[in-house]
Amino acid sequence: MNLFLLFLSALLVNNFVLVRFLGICPFMGVSKDVDSAFGMGVATTFVMVVAAAVTWLIETFILQPFGLPFLQTMAFILVIAALVQLVEMFLHKTSPALYKAMGIFLPLITTNCAILGLAIMAVQNSYNFIESVVFALAAGLGFTLALVLMAGIREELRFADVPEPLLGAPIAFICAGLLSLAFSGFAGLI
Amino acid sequence: MARLWKNFANGLWNENPTFRIMIGLCPVLAVTTSAKNGVGMGLATTFVLICSSALISLLRKVIPDKVRIPAYIVVIATFVTIVDLFMNAYLPDLHQVLGLFIPLIVVNCIVLGRAEAFASKNSLISSILDGLGMGLGFTWALTVLGAVRELLGSGSLFGYQLAADGATTIGIMSLPPGAFITLGILMAFMNMIAARQKKRATKEVRP
Repeated sequence: MNLFLLFLSALLVNNFVLVRFLGICPFMGVSKDVDSAFGMGVATTFVMVVAAAVTWLIETFILQPFGLPFLQTMAFILVIAALVQLVEMFLHKTSPALYKAMGIFLPLITTNCAILGLAIMAVQNSYNFIESVVFALAAGLGFTLALVLMAGIREELRFADVPEPLLGAPIAFICAGLLSLAFSGFAGLI
Repeated sequence: MARLWKNFANGLWNENPTFRIMIGLCPVLAVTTSAKNGVGMGLATTFVLICSSALISLLRKVIPDKVRIPAYIVVIATFVTIVDLFMNAYLPDLHQVLGLFIPLIVVNCIVLGRAEAFASKNSLISSILDGLGMGLGFTWALTVLGAVRELLGSGSLFGYQLAADGATTIGIMSLPPGAFITLGILMAFMNMIAARQKKRATKEVRP
């Protein structure tokens, strides 16, 4: 498969948040201002790429040769949880500044379904190693893009006159719907 | 008895995971293209919730505090794998439609959230009832969302065609944007009802 097409598809056409509905919790939870949205996006992208590489190796060299695909869900989620912990410890030790910027977001990433979803999807589509990593990178950037756009909208929403029952989450969801509508315009791209 | 009822009913309205607490929203948005899919996803999650709550409640004195989260995840992943294999064998059509979102029940915040907040501190019966209540609360939310989207998007309900042949339907409701917009509007309705209930309650206190 053409790597560039794969990249564009995961980034825009099948955007993880707005089209596939993966990672809605951080999308709604951490999109209140642009800075933290960007931090969350970068941290998630980083974990996604590492997780995609590691889960690919586990699937290819452990689960498949030993006939254990039924353990996939359990193996992947444990690996992702351990990985997030490891990344957190590694950053804490080597780059305190980066840790400070990403630190609070890292534990949240374990329960981000986009990571597990990505790992399972890469297996289902039988991507090779390079494709898995490119797919993860594009998915992460797409996640960051959606988060930052949403945060920009919500910063503006603060000054809008919103009817009382719609205040907070409901209006955010309706905005997300419009954003998703805009992204469906990318469908003709591929 | 009243307390047990409260454990059960909590998830249905007051702490409804979808409309009030707003957790576990990924499957809510993704699979509700029809009412039937909503029911299927809801019941699958309910099963995992009940079983994992029961087991975690039984093990709550055995699991050391420090490794409780990984332990919960293993318990939850076990039941999710059971549901996944069961649906693949007996309900292949539904399994096909729900696809990725069956294994993703593992990372559904509702399940881990109830394990951490409720089952790890309460008795077996209370935990089972809490799981059942939360699961059914999740199921009805998914069903309502699925029904609205199915009705507007393809003019049918649970697969039965209601709209006349050739009637115009709002196709966007079956597509991703429709999910966000419908959920936003339904949440606004729930907020309105809750606000009204609150107003009535305060009126009764001071007439």
